[in-house]
Amino acid sequence: MTGVVGAIVEAWGELRIHKLRVLLALVGVACAVTAITGVTALVSMLNQSFTEQTERQSGRRVTLNVNAWPQGAQATTPAGWDEAFGRVLERYDITYASRDEWTQATMRFPDGTRPTQVRAVDADLGVINRIVPEQGRWFTAADEEALAPTLVVNRAFLRAYGLTDLSSHPTVPLGDRAPVTATVVGVLRDEWPGAEPQAFVLYEQFHRWIGADGSGAQSGGPGPGVVDPMMGVQVPAMLLWVPADRSAEIGESVRRDLQATAPGWQVEVMDNHWDDGGLDRATTWVGIGVGGFALLLGGLGLVNIALVTVRYRIREIGIRRSFGATSGRVFFGVLLESVVATVVAGLVGVVLAVAIIKNIPVERVFGGGIQDMPPFPFSAAMVGMAAAVAVGALAGLIPATFAVRVKVIDAIRY
Amino acid sequence: MTVLDLLGPAESLEPVPPVLELRGAARQFPGDPPVHALHPADLVVGSGDYLSVVGPSGSGKSTLLNLLGLLDKPTDGEYLLDGIPTAGAGERERAALRAGHIGFVFQAFHLMPHRTVLENVLLATLYSGVPRAERRDRALAALDRVGLSHRIDFVPTVLSGGERQRAAVARAVVAQPRVLLADEPTGNLDSESSASVLDLFDELHAGGLTLLVITHDDEVSVRAQRRVRIADGYLQEIA
Repeated sequence: MTGVVGAIVEAWGELRIHKLRVLLALVGVACAVTAITGVTALVSMLNQSFTEQTERQSGRRVTLNVNAWPQGAQATTPAGWDEAFGRVLERYDITYASRDEWTQATMRFPDGTRPTQVRAVDADLGVINRIVPEQGRWFTAADEEALAPTLVVNRAFLRAYGLTDLSSHPTVPLGDRAPVTATVVGVLRDEWPGAEPQAFVLYEQFHRWIGADGSGAQSGGPGPGVVDPMMGVQVPAMLLWVPADRSAEIGESVRRDLQATAPGWQVEVMDNHWDDGGLDRATTWVGIGVGGFALLLGGLGLVNIALVTVRYRIREIGIRRSFGATSGRVFFGVLLESVVATVVAGLVGVVLAVAIIKNIPVERVFGGGIQDMPPFPFSAAMVGMAAAVAVGALAGLIPATFAVRVKVIDAIRY
Repeated sequence: MTVLDLLGPAESLEPVPPVLELRGAARQFPGDPPVHALHPADLVVGSGDYLSVVGPSGSGKSTLLNLLGLLDKPTDGEYLLDGIPTAGAGERERAALRAGHIGFVFQAFHLMPHRTVLENVLLATLYSGVPRAERRDRALAALDRVGLSHRIDFVPTVLSGGERQRAAVARAVVAQPRVLLADEPTGNLDSESSASVLDLFDELHAGGLTLLVITHDDEVSVRAQRRVRIADGYLQEIA
């Protein structure tokens, strides 16, 4: 152990003397380690960004999407659909779930009253679909118990009211025969340019205050079952965030349970458990390719410098041998110099990668914020360091072999 | 019971082996015809001896030094260092013997130019098993002994020739070797510096160190207690 420590200290001493050599080694290897670590971190951020974008559309992995359609013209609204929703959550221990009812409500805009698209959902949809309002907030549990409905609207909705922000705490009259006043608490960005005004409202509040037909409390009342003039009777979809490993099993059970609740209806459960690993794999390989190539260049430079330095140090090696250094010690010493240099370079590379990653303008680079920023890839840093050590050892092998072959007599002759 | 019984068994008084001993050692280099750099030679250097080997260029001095310094092996005969046979020793064993028993002083000093005088002296302690905690103190003591205490942080390139050779001597003796092998130690020095280095050798010899100096300079060789001449590969002690 003491011998190893001694050899490392000795190698460090040599490197201090050959500062230029260390610096040159640093540049190539540090760049390579920065590339490996940085690209891996970027890939993981890119993947996270991609995943979050996908999850904003189709929910977290794995979200079960439960839909039901009437099988005939005479099918009636299934009784107890909401109660069945509660039972499903309880039975399968589902923490995050939301009903999702696409409907219309009458809204009074400055330019007149008109039906407006409304999605009646549960507050958990914010978690399931990673909804982050650009202004204000998403629904909370407290909103469920509020004495007036709250709305989260899109920017087009706000624009239709002649507003740009929520600083005036806008309220909106909802319904036509018996309107209720709803408070706008959050604004989402439009999903596409020229989007129509759209509002989210909590499912329970929608049915408590506005009614199934969207006209007002007096005409609606609680309970599912919306009669769409175009599509007939319908029930809200359900979004259930379930563990990936049990999604298929839970999906089938939920389908059976709900099918029993809704005779004469076709219940279907779809999940978003599709494989989109192509991007992940491709970017990872790009990262490995870039890093590997940079390491190769760095390693070649290191071999070159080390070989020149060893030739320059033939006499010194001879002197060391004459004072009792074994060939193994000389070999290990020269090898270790290379390894110590690359370890230092690797550390510099990792620090550089951390500095770059922490200062990336995420919004600008990934076209949207990353909600759950992936942690710095410690494993990538370790891989980078291990690669640096390996390159150091490989680059040190040639000069170390050369050093061992130095003939002491020739080295110290003059 | 007698008084003699109280003394216990008599300790075995084995003779102390010589520090260096050549027994018919020869070195021959392959060729057509083969070159006999050293013909079979016998030489015994006891502990505390001060021996000089003189001879003209090409006489075999360097071959002899390489054999005695365990940098080369005899093709015939045996070489014993402190009584240990070395002709059949492996590389690792020879390195260990060099580290523990031999100190080298070279004509061209061979100090490492980028290291300070102290670091140069410390080099010899790396391989000779000197405990880490003692290395610096020993190196400082060795430098003090050669009169270079005031130059420990200097790099060798700024020292005079005499000072460089003194630093090299300090490096050679820091690990307390059994013998100091000096190869033309004054070859690169002016007369004043030569005299100071030879005075230092005298002091070391007076302190009990075994010295073997190879030189072609008679003035250097006469300072030694014993003189050996080498010519055409033949070794002969001068009376």
